[in-house]
Amino acid sequence: MTPGLGAAGEPGHAHDAEHQDLPSDPALRTKALESVLVGRGLVDRAALDELVDTYEHQIGPRNGARVVAHAWVDADYKRRLLENGTAAIAELGYGGTEGENMVVVENTPRVHNLIVCTLCSCYPWPVLGLPPVWYKSAAYRARSVIDPRGLLRELGLELPPDIEVRVWDSTAEVRYLVLPERPPGTEKLTESELAALVTRDAMVGIARVAPPAGSVPA
Amino acid sequence: MNGIHDMGGLQDMGPVRIEKDEPVFHAPWEGRVYAMYNAIDGGWPAGSGRYERELIPPAEYLRMSYYERWLHSLSELLVKNGLVTRAELASGTAAGGNDKGRKVLHAAQVRATIARGFSSRRDVPAVAQFHVGERVRARNLNPTGHTRLPRYVRGRAGTIASDHGVFVFNDSLVQGHGESPQHVYSVRFAARELWGSDAPAHDSVYVDLWDEHLEPA
Repeated sequence: MTPGLGAAGEPGHAHDAEHQDLPSDPALRTKALESVLVGRGLVDRAALDELVDTYEHQIGPRNGARVVAHAWVDADYKRRLLENGTAAIAELGYGGTEGENMVVVENTPRVHNLIVCTLCSCYPWPVLGLPPVWYKSAAYRARSVIDPRGLLRELGLELPPDIEVRVWDSTAEVRYLVLPERPPGTEKLTESELAALVTRDAMVGIARVAPPAGSVPA
Repeated sequence: MNGIHDMGGLQDMGPVRIEKDEPVFHAPWEGRVYAMYNAIDGGWPAGSGRYERELIPPAEYLRMSYYERWLHSLSELLVKNGLVTRAELASGTAAGGNDKGRKVLHAAQVRATIARGFSSRRDVPAVAQFHVGERVRARNLNPTGHTRLPRYVRGRAGTIASDHGVFVFNDSLVQGHGESPQHVYSVRFAARELWGSDAPAHDSVYVDLWDEHLEPA
């Protein structure tokens, strides 16, 4: 953090720089940028508040968890979800920005799917919200495609050698969601109880959905 | 561009650290940057911010946090497109108005705008050059501009797993050469084709590629 405005506060300095002065505090630079855009009438501050609120409070992995739980209890829905992810997800009211074209890939006892965006940070916002830092990190983007098994092992998921690992690199405008396996011991749970078990990490493919606490494995 | 952003297959980048109960934004400024980028009608082609981030010099790219890259790319786009000046960004004081008459997103429109999205699928006729099950090779292209063809698949053979349909070709669009709509396929590359015989026999990587990225194998 640079105390005060520093170099960024001197118009001449920043004006001449080929790249914007990087060391200065991004919070201050952001504040300056917002003031300029609002002052010029290019953005509406209330719209910014609404955008932040939407992704902090409305759109997140609970949406995806509902999709997964519904697929677990309704075989017909699951078939539609795997055939046309966009349409089936829209049935539950989710879609739009960064989920305009969805493909859902199913984990089974024979296949494990993992999602990444090696070039950037593409992620299915309508069902998972905005991506976490680890998903956008160099470490994840680099290693997921060359050593998915080693990566998952470090994250606590040991995959047997006979399971097929499929990594989905989101290089185009298609966004992916993993349909995790339904854990054992959940036969009597309601759909909403099932949804409560489903995690973001399982829908990206770095984890399995754990059985409910206190359940006895078969 | 063969930049640092094209990370697939790099090694020794450190452990993946998962933050427990991670907030959506780690500081208010991150949310503001995110929101400004999504609210602004800059008039630039979709995906331009992403290309601006690819242009960040590698050492800086690695040092910057994710939203610092967004802040940088948004600032660059605004200046390059003549919507604000560097002097304004430095002073924090607007020195003009909405001179180009850009559309302004209002709070009441936010939900509907998000729900509508902005699909780059195009309902135009385009002949698919490849078909499901066909063997293909990712072309050995090294364009200096934006490309969605990652280095780790160039020159490698794979199989068309599915045809996603017709989409805007981002490699063209971002360079200002138009949408050039064409088919996008999910191409399955065997892990051994990409990484050699030490890779597990049955594992694979699926990469979404456009017609122009591919040639018959």
